[in-house]
Amino acid sequence: MENQALIFSYILVIGAVSLSWMNQLKLEREIVLSSLRATLQLIAVGFLLTAIFKIQQREFHFLILLAMCLVAAGISGGRGKAIPHSYAIAFVGILIGSLIPFMVLYAVGIIQPEARFMIPLGGMVIGNSMKASSVALNRLTAEFQHQKRQIETLLSLGASARQAAKGVIQPAIKAGLIPTLDTMKSVGLVHLPGIMTGYLIAGGDPLTAVKFQLAIIYMLAGTSGITCLVVALLAYKNCFNEQLQLLPLAN
Amino acid sequence: MPPTDSLLKVSEVSFSRNGSIIFQNISFELQAGEILVILGPSGCGKTTLLRCLNRLESVGKGEIFLQGVPVSNIPVCELRRRIGMVFQTPALLPGTVEGNISLGPDLRGQGLAKDKLSLLMAEVGLDASFKDREVAELSTGERQRVSLAQVLANKPEVFLLDEPTSALDLTAALTVENLIKNLHSSLGTGTIFVTHDLNQAMRFNARALVLGNGGILAEGNIQELVHSNKNSQLQNFFRGQLSPNSAGK
Repeated sequence: MENQALIFSYILVIGAVSLSWMNQLKLEREIVLSSLRATLQLIAVGFLLTAIFKIQQREFHFLILLAMCLVAAGISGGRGKAIPHSYAIAFVGILIGSLIPFMVLYAVGIIQPEARFMIPLGGMVIGNSMKASSVALNRLTAEFQHQKRQIETLLSLGASARQAAKGVIQPAIKAGLIPTLDTMKSVGLVHLPGIMTGYLIAGGDPLTAVKFQLAIIYMLAGTSGITCLVVALLAYKNCFNEQLQLLPLAN
Repeated sequence: MPPTDSLLKVSEVSFSRNGSIIFQNISFELQAGEILVILGPSGCGKTTLLRCLNRLESVGKGEIFLQGVPVSNIPVCELRRRIGMVFQTPALLPGTVEGNISLGPDLRGQGLAKDKLSLLMAEVGLDASFKDREVAELSTGERQRVSLAQVLANKPEVFLLDEPTSALDLTAALTVENLIKNLHSSLGTGTIFVTHDLNQAMRFNARALVLGNGGILAEGNIQELVHSNKNSQLQNFFRGQLSPNSAGK
């Protein structure tokens, strides 16, 4: 791809800014900053990956994945910052949610013990986990605020924190799973996912691409499910104090 | 040692929120079978005091005793069953009347027997046809009756009622008020009825606690308090509240 073509494609971002401005969405600054941030991040990652792919030690690769989990938790935790310890909750959720499916695919040999497999696939899993965690935390906060009176009614009748928060936990987990479920439903019909597209563009066999993509989809489904569950179960407990009183969750 | 004959004893209790004092040094006792009316203007801390009794809030200073035992020594879930609270606006869960009334026993994994459910519904004036009705279809008055039955299903020793008729019109309010009086005399629990409405307080003709200025302005029989001239703050509050013909009722 020519550099000029890439620069030209930035017109699409300017189009999004124009739409925001015309509709008074006040998202212009955020769109520009986010796109510039994405550009800088990806350029930096390009150079970084070139260097990382030359390193053979597996421990180093895992350290990089751990650092990615930390960054993802920093972003996702902010979506539920009204909940005490939201950053730590997001980190644990993303770590566990990413690690289990990743290690399964690693153990069965789908993910090879090489940087060119571990880093991009790990990034994909962690990114997916981050999205699930963000949606779950965001929904959990909103449900706690929306259902405050029902939760206090349940508490006043002698409910435990888990019983009182049941109506909050379920929608949070469901909401976190929706993007992955929709992806699974539409894959191949609405869009060809990244791994498969890349493999085909590189001239790979379509059926081999499908096998790879299926393994990735299963991994992402597992990631979303585990992340949402861990995040929701850790987060709801932090919304009550030791006297089983609902904490005020201000935005 | 706290006296053991009080059902509920509130001793020198204070509560602050974000550094400002809501109330301080509140003390009173409630005997089994007694009804106590807590009266005061909006924002004087009546609801907060009830929330402290149900431990939805924690008191800053002082102690609350239930049958002589500090409530801090009673497991919180057990305490909330023993000191039941009906809120100003009922917040029922989506589902049927039956599901909502049996919530307390269900939370303990016990369930509510059909005959007990029927009895509770009859006590709060809901006929059997309401059992399978969705709570979303009910009027505010009917929802408040479901709330009453919901709390009663836990067999509380102390019954806290936080302005349960404030969202109702006068006719519905009088009906619920009479229902509460009847329930109180048939169940023999200690009942605390909170209201900002002096006319309503006077209809109970019971011992009253008047809250204001972050503390207790007066305590005694409501009729006697209204007719005494000892406390000017109290008389000012009553003067703004009384309807033309109610003082002599």
